[in-house]
Order: sequence, then structure tokens, then C-alpha cells
Amino acid sequence: MPLLRDIKGFFPPFWITLRNMFRKPVTVQYPEQKPELPERYRARLVLTRDPDGEERCVACHLCSGACPVDCISMQAAEADNGRRYAAWFRINFTRCIFCGLCTEACPTLAIQVTSDFELSGRDPLKLVYEKEDLLVDHCGKNVEYSFYRQTGIGVAAPRGGNPNESAPVDVKDLLP
Amino acid sequence: MTEQLIMLALILIKLVLVFAVVLSMAAYLVLAERKLLARMQLRYGPNRAGPGGMIQPLADVIKLLTKEDFIPATADRGLFLLAPGLSALTALLTFAVIPFGPTLELFGQKLPMVVCDLNIGLLYFLALSSLAGYGLALGGWASNSKYSLLGSIRGLSQLISYELAMGLSVVPVVMMAKSFSLTDIVMAQAQIPFALLNPPAFLIFLISIFAESKRTPFDLPEAENELVAGFHTEYSGMRFGLFFVGEYINMVILSSMLTVLFLGGWHGPWLPGIAWFMIKVLAICFLFIWVRGSLPRLRYDQLMNFGWKVLMPLALLNVLITGACLLGMG
Repeated sequence: MPLLRDIKGFFPPFWITLRNMFRKPVTVQYPEQKPELPERYRARLVLTRDPDGEERCVACHLCSGACPVDCISMQAAEADNGRRYAAWFRINFTRCIFCGLCTEACPTLAIQVTSDFELSGRDPLKLVYEKEDLLVDHCGKNVEYSFYRQTGIGVAAPRGGNPNESAPVDVKDLLP
Repeated sequence: MTEQLIMLALILIKLVLVFAVVLSMAAYLVLAERKLLARMQLRYGPNRAGPGGMIQPLADVIKLLTKEDFIPATADRGLFLLAPGLSALTALLTFAVIPFGPTLELFGQKLPMVVCDLNIGLLYFLALSSLAGYGLALGGWASNSKYSLLGSIRGLSQLISYELAMGLSVVPVVMMAKSFSLTDIVMAQAQIPFALLNPPAFLIFLISIFAESKRTPFDLPEAENELVAGFHTEYSGMRFGLFFVGEYINMVILSSMLTVLFLGGWHGPWLPGIAWFMIKVLAICFLFIWVRGSLPRLRYDQLMNFGWKVLMPLALLNVLITGACLLGMG
């Protein structure tokens, strides 16, 4: 009997809406009431320093290559001691989607994610972070790691002077 | 002479009061609807403007007034400007015949609690409610947009499907009260409201006013998920506001009509008449909002079928049966 079924189906919605009216809303009143995010939620990016206090970033462009929304840009430069660095480094947080692919791409562990997610403002240009805004004074999650001490380039210490590194081979000792 | 002056002053005060109450009720009905709907969907609704969002209507009015009043290049200018006014005006005018309280004695004057007690009040209401269809039809036609046009076509086909049933459902009321005057109809319900005497007529009228107010489940002319916003798609700023206000005034008016025709108007124990009237009207307004939160929209053809094949025959049958009963009782 479709008519009977229709009449039966007419009333439950009213009961459900009436019941919902007396239940607590699920809305999180955001600025006053902070949402409970997962422990490992990561959002804003920072540029960390190595244990010696130098910038880790070597301006290799891998992060901007990995970025799916193209929000990272930089210009590479080289110091007198052979150390590469970013002349300027810019992340546009109006476009960043917090995917973390840049941190996976980074060979020097320079770019890292933090749990701060509250990036909002009326002026979008204020969300374009320059190198000064991104650089932090600590090593982030990799306290001991220093790229130049692992690669065998004689920048932080002369060649052969870094941990787990033997002295350079004298290529001419094989000659007769 | 002074008596006439006092009478004039009282009438003017009454008019201003009625206007103020109806308009502020319409404004706060918007807020009430948004809040109640939100609670039904486990949200809070507007709660930023003022304590608990209480000055949200004011903020809305300021927003609507300061927005650009855009007229599409291809629109029929005259009709486009006329339509929203027509929609709000017919809604406001209808309140003239609705009695909202028993006659009051002030300064030795008898002051009827109705703006104008027409002896054909019911016909006046039906006429204006049909006239309100013009606001909708002209608005949709003059916009020169396919969505608006579809909305107004739907609105008109809806109008002809429910209005016959609505007209026929009030015929038993007229037969029982033996008058077209709404004050007399309320007087005739002093003992028992017509909703209990004639439940089928009450139900048919209830369903018809849902269609008349163009709200869910009969909000076909607007149907925002099919037709953008239906007949008022092209309207912006306060012209849209007029359509909007008209819709909510209409809600108040239709609730008042249901109260007057079927729920005994201002009659009720203990409380003063006007309080009873307000309680009944607000209860029906809540029903409007509750239905909107609960039921989906009907399809175009379902409404036509329902109006012509179910409501109209039922209303006709009801007229015949009521007539026979009244004849039998003498």
C-alpha cells in the first residue's frame, strides 16, 4: 500500500528534527573555542638552522619543485667559503595546502612543519612569508644533523675532518 | 468634534502599532527561522551580531540597503522595479482585515482591534493573495533570465493548483459562521474552534497556506538547488529584500488567517485576547519553520497532482458534507 507507506513516512522526520533541537550543537565556536587537532597535525613551515647556528637551506629548489601548488620560491647564492644559501626565500601561505611534500623533498632537513595552523588575516600579502619570517633559531626535530658535516664537502670542516669520514685518498700513491 | 479627534488619533496609533509589530515580527521571524533551523541541524545559527545574534535583522537590513541595486541590461525595467514592491505591498495590505483582539474600550470609545472590519474580509484576503502572484510572475518575467522565468512559471502553475482547494476549504467556515467578515468568523468560534468542528477543511487550508507561502515542501518557485533562486535570481540589494520581507510578512499573515479562520482567533481561557492571538500565530510560525527543517521539496508534477486530484475533490466533498450537516441541523 504506497499511500499507507507515504503516510507512515511523513512523521519520522518531524520527530528527528524536534529531537535534534534539544541536543547540543556540534559546531566548534572557533576563535573562542579551539578545535582539538590530532597530536601529529602539522601546518606552518619553518626554516631550521644546523647545530652551529648556520642556515641549513642550500637553495637546491627541490622543495619548490615538489610543491603541488607552487607556493615556494627562492634565489640561490654562494658564499665565499663555498656555502650555498638562499638569497631570498619566500613561501606564500595563502596558497600553501600544508601537504608537507617540501619537507620530504628537502635533502638538508632545512624546511620543516610545525603544529601552528592559525594563519589568517584580512590582508593576503601579509601571509607571504619572507626568509626572516621563516627562519627559526633552533634545529627543529633533527638536533644533531648538519648537512655540510655529512657530505664530504670541505665547508664546515676541511675534507676528512668530519665524523665518519676518512682522509682523502692520495690518487698518486698507485703510480709505479 | 473632540470625540472624532480622539477616534482619529486612536486609529492612527493603532495603524502605526500594527505596522511596527508586523514588520518587526517579519524581521525577527527571519532570525528565529535561522536559529531554529540551525538547532534542528545541530548548528548554532547567527550568534555574532549582538547578544545571541539578537541584532542580526538590523545588520541584514543595513547590508541589503548598502548593496548595489543591480538591474540586468535585458530586463524589462518598469516591471522589474515594480514587482518586489507589489510582492511586499500585497502582503502588508492583507493585514488590514485581520482581527487580532476583542473590541477595546478607551476614553469612552469603542476601538475594534482590526484595522478595517470589511464585511467581505475573507474575499479581500483571497483577492490579495492571488494578486501577490503578480509580484512573483512579473518579477520572473521582467528579469529576462531562464531561471527566473522557470521560477515564475512554476509559481503560477502552483498558484492555480492550490488556490481552488484553498478557496473551497474556507467555504465551510463561511457556511458555519454565516458571514464573510473575519470578526464575525472569530465571534462564531467563541465556544469551539472550527478546526475541531471541521478538521478536513482545517487540514486542506493548512496544506494550502504552505503552498501559498511558497515554502518547503512547496517552495518550487525558489527551489535554490534547481533554479539558483527562482523568480528573484536577478534581484539584489533592497529589491531582493522586499521579496524577502514580503515572504515573511506573508508567513505572519497566513498564520493569522489560520488562527482567525480555524483556531478561534483571540478566544482562549485566562490570558487576554491579544496574547492568545500572538501565541497561536507564533505557534503556527514555528510549525512553518519545523516543516521547512523536516520535509523535502515536492516535485512540480507531484504538487499539481496533489492539488487537483486530492485536495480539490476532498475540499468539494467537504463543502457538500458540511452543507448537508448544517441543513440537517437546521
